Amino acid sequence: MTAILQTVFDALSLGSLYALGALGIALIFGVMRLVNFAHGDVIAFSIFALLWPSTDVVAAVVAGNLPWFLLIPFVLAMGAGLSVLAEIVVFRRFRNASPATMMIASFALGFVIRYFLLMLFSSRPKSISLLPALSQPVEVLGARIPLLQLITILTTIAILFGLTAFLKRSRFGLEMRAAAENFTMARVLGVRANRVIMGAFALSGALAAAIALILGSQTGTADIQMGTNVMLMAFIATVIGGLGSLPGAVIAGFLLGAASVAMQVSLSIDARPFRDAFVYGAVILVLIFRPQGLLAGRGTKERV
Amino acid sequence: MSNRPSIARRTLATPLILSLLLIAFALVAVAAGSKPFNQTMIDIFLRVTLVVGLYVFVGNSGVISFGHIGFTCLGAYAAAWLTMPPMMKQTLLPGLPEWLIAVQLPYWAAAVLAALWAALWAAVFGKILMRLSGIAASIATFAMLAMINTVYSNWENVTGATSSVVGIPIVRTIWPYLIVAIVAVFIAWGHAISRAGLKLRAARDEPTAASASGIDLPRERLIAFVVSGGVMGLGGALFSHSIGVVTPDTFYLGLTFTTLSMLVVGGMGSLSGAVIGVLVLSTLIQVLRWLEAGVSIGTSTLALPNGVQEIALGIVMIVILAFRPSGLMGNTELNWRRAKTADPGASGQPE
Repeated sequence: MTAILQTVFDALSLGSLYALGALGIALIFGVMRLVNFAHGDVIAFSIFALLWPSTDVVAAVVAGNLPWFLLIPFVLAMGAGLSVLAEIVVFRRFRNASPATMMIASFALGFVIRYFLLMLFSSRPKSISLLPALSQPVEVLGARIPLLQLITILTTIAILFGLTAFLKRSRFGLEMRAAAENFTMARVLGVRANRVIMGAFALSGALAAAIALILGSQTGTADIQMGTNVMLMAFIATVIGGLGSLPGAVIAGFLLGAASVAMQVSLSIDARPFRDAFVYGAVILVLIFRPQGLLAGRGTKERV
Repeated sequence: MSNRPSIARRTLATPLILSLLLIAFALVAVAAGSKPFNQTMIDIFLRVTLVVGLYVFVGNSGVISFGHIGFTCLGAYAAAWLTMPPMMKQTLLPGLPEWLIAVQLPYWAAAVLAALWAALWAAVFGKILMRLSGIAASIATFAMLAMINTVYSNWENVTGATSSVVGIPIVRTIWPYLIVAIVAVFIAWGHAISRAGLKLRAARDEPTAASASGIDLPRERLIAFVVSGGVMGLGGALFSHSIGVVTPDTFYLGLTFTTLSMLVVGGMGSLSGAVIGVLVLSTLIQVLRWLEAGVSIGTSTLALPNGVQEIALGIVMIVILAFRPSGLMGNTELNWRRAKTADPGASGQPE
């Protein structure tokens, strides 16, 4: 029983990370059809913003010593700021480009961010202690799970509810949903394109920063590669969920997390190293049967 | 119609010009005669092979594939299996079948077999994946790449898992690489003007009209996928001979994005674009590397700090794409007469 509960918590917390990532990618895809490959590097940047540039192994923490109620907004602001900056400096010039061109441009931007970090911090992972109070285990229904895992899950749920409320209730959210549905039409009806797109980038950047906080406190290291894996899984989740569909992205993120953990537990020892191959095989299967994704966005159907 | 020259004659100029361009690069390398420069040239020809292989599928079908480097991985390991001395295979990769441990082929024969091996797998994967289109197809190809990488990174006694497989004979002259690059260009050209290639490009530009005229899109895509998988496998085989070592991570995201970027910067819809993209970006990378190593001006040495090379490369790519969103060549091909578009039906002149 406790083992099952433990597994469920593992699946939920891994799924939370993927879901947050998928949401960040889906938000931007919704408003400008951009598959943002720089997302993973925004994650890494947000965590490195806490450190003083140096190539030592033990990081010289500057902003990381802030109390948590300042630290968290600081990191979120860093992620959102970088993301908005990327929109203004780079992506604004690609509004009318083909998706392939935009994607390569976002990849090039991610490359620039990553090597900028490498120049300042070197490629070695650094040990940081971020919110150390969270690594203590707590007991839930007899299972001992790290407090952080619990907080990850709860925060994700809170973010999801908050975001839903924001998108459904506020005027800005309404504009954003309209833009995601049909961008041209929304503009004709008076939605300000630049503001909506910048809003989407800011939200996406803040989500990336939230992932950075979770990953940073989970692993205790800051690594310039840390965002890559989450970004790829999130990217897959957005497609499986149905591009342009935010609930789809979240559901698919949790599904991917659950699938990874389930396979980890159920595969035999010999097959376990090949876990990811099975997960990716499952991804291909889902796409074969539902190429438009689990919850297809209404605007993404191919028109003839 | 009948008195128009055949499509092969009208478009033959493109592969010829591209081959001359590659030969010119090779002659520069020979004239320079330095060893590191030789290696740089070999890298460039390998990238030309890979990017042209990628073009065969991506350019003609319009579907971005993240998975083609998986075929390069298959080709590279196949070449390693076929050319390593049996003694080394016995100790390093004991899981290989007996007959495979016993054989040791010359590198060119192994490269041909490696290409066929990669093409075979492209046919297997393509049969499943080519039913998809758009971004779903792209993600599915990425999943394929990740599957191949996971298998090769973990199958200890057949692929040596993540540790490097050493002992592959190294080929140091540039000529085999030049020849393979030119062969790749001609394969791509031959496919593009073949019935299958023309149908595929028609479907890329006008999917509805194409399917109304009876074009079986999955079938044409599969043909392109297999041909390009074979070229990628060939490139992979030569890749393993250029450095003598293979690891699964050599053939993963890094190489995928390098090759895709070169294709998109050059111009996704054009064979000339594929080659020009490699030549332009590789030249740029080389110049930046020299600057990073330091250039002596008078008595002082001017050197860029580490990482600037990649940052500059990224910025240049963004700038090129911002000004020419469809790549340097757009949809045009190089031809003897300037300002002639390659696709007979396409209109519009290059600026």
